[in-house]
Amino acid sequence: MNKVWVVFRRELRSYFATPLAYVFIVIFLVLAAVFTFQVGGFLERNQADLQSFFRWHPWLYLVLIPAISMRLWAEERNSGSIELLMTFPITLWQAVVGKFLAAWCFAGIALLLTFPVWITVNYLGSPDNGAIVAAYLGSFLMAGGFLAIGMCLSAATRNQVVAFITAALVGFVFLLAGFPLVIDFVRGVLPQTIVDAIASLSFFTHFDAISKGVIDLRDFVYFAALIGFWLAATALVLDMKKAE
Amino acid sequence: MITIKNLSKRYGDKLAVDDLTFSVAPGEVLGFLGANGAGKSTTMRMIAGFISPTTGRVSVCGHDIEKAPVAAKSCMGYLPEGAPSYGEMTVSEFLDFVADIRGLTGERRRERRNVVIDRLGLAPVIDQVVETLSKGFRRRVGLAQALIHDPQVLILDEPTDGLDPNQKHEVRRLINELSKDKLVIVSTHILEEVHEVCTRAIIIANGRIVADETPTALEARSRYHHAVSLRFERDDELSAAEKEIAALPEVSAVESDARERRLTALPKPGANVLAAVSAVIDKHDWDVPELHLESGRLDEVFRTLTDPKGIDVSSSAELPA
Repeated sequence: MNKVWVVFRRELRSYFATPLAYVFIVIFLVLAAVFTFQVGGFLERNQADLQSFFRWHPWLYLVLIPAISMRLWAEERNSGSIELLMTFPITLWQAVVGKFLAAWCFAGIALLLTFPVWITVNYLGSPDNGAIVAAYLGSFLMAGGFLAIGMCLSAATRNQVVAFITAALVGFVFLLAGFPLVIDFVRGVLPQTIVDAIASLSFFTHFDAISKGVIDLRDFVYFAALIGFWLAATALVLDMKKAE
Repeated sequence: MITIKNLSKRYGDKLAVDDLTFSVAPGEVLGFLGANGAGKSTTMRMIAGFISPTTGRVSVCGHDIEKAPVAAKSCMGYLPEGAPSYGEMTVSEFLDFVADIRGLTGERRRERRNVVIDRLGLAPVIDQVVETLSKGFRRRVGLAQALIHDPQVLILDEPTDGLDPNQKHEVRRLINELSKDKLVIVSTHILEEVHEVCTRAIIIANGRIVADETPTALEARSRYHHAVSLRFERDDELSAAEKEIAALPEVSAVESDARERRLTALPKPGANVLAAVSAVIDKHDWDVPELHLESGRLDEVFRTLTDPKGIDVSSSAELPA
């Protein structure tokens, strides 16, 4: 049996072994609904699309994804089970990827459970379902980005609270990078190419396009590269700090 | 077969393990002794491939742990200090996970799983969550995990720590049974254990090997080696004997314990104290209900070799756990 799959299965099952999974899913669904219907004005907009649903996802993830990622390595370090995992005949990469995919899959389950909103919009009108599928895909990719960041920061500490807070902070920076607030500030001091580079690092810039149903290969490459980068950083951090 | 060459580990300024070189052959049970902070766990973690050495090499079953870690780890079973496991899993789920990650399949997987459950007496707790188990059972789960793939090499970091005397005995018996065809390294600071299970003992202090011999040879280093210890029924006999035995030419020194009316006669090198002491007892017809020849005291040898005055307590306390 593939070792990544073995790590993946154990990790995913461990989410559901504690109330964390159910609490997370309930909070995610409630918040998603509140933002869509109350704040986003889904019904008042009178449009057959899910813009008012997807536009809040970056903010939901900012707060909720660190709750999934914080335990990934911090808990292993705290309980000492990391010593077991790292002395099994698997590579560091198999452990990192297996754990990441489990957390990502869990986030995917939570995301899929928002399907009633899709049923609602189809009941009320005739939306562009292709665009909705694309937006779900974009949202899932963005969740992966947040998770990869959170996983790396979880590897750096044995304290889950520290892992949560640092993950939310770094995630916030990645979100804000595309906002006028940041862009206008750096534009005054940095050359245009660097300003563009910073803006292009933002989750918003890439998610916005996909959430409107515009599938651009560059956005996929961005999220894939981002996830790859943070997974590599996780492996590096673990290699340096695993015994501390 | 384990070969360790010039193994060192440095944490900042502190040299936790300092140039260790030794090898262990199948059939040997190596006891790894040392005071807390002497470098036992650090060495075992390097052998198991959890941390990388600063310099030096470790080879397990012919595989270099740095260059071919997966191959080396495959032939090893490792019980880390404190026997960590995944608390939220049941014993059964945990063993299944380890069997999977060790690549066991089909009939062999079922068979090995049953063997370790049976050998470690895990059947009554098999569906219990690991977190809720007693310390003894948790340790046994850790041992089961290390044994499930029937490894050639076993690295056990304090396997009997926290067990009650019956469980300790059980674990020692298990190690003795396993040692027939395997290579076992056990770290411990329980010295009686060394005699019961080990064929060889290495004592380390400040990251260096200070002794590497059989437990019997270690005991022979003791000043109590071939000492005679006897107990008296009457106080006046004890004090009379103390004077007379101390004067014997074979005896180098006498230690007495008035409360227990016990007297120990330490020999001069090569001398036979037993015969001389029995002759004295016969002559006076003393009432001696207990008399025995000591083989040596490991704790005394251990103390001499790992002299606490030589250990810098303040810096060893900063070592990462």
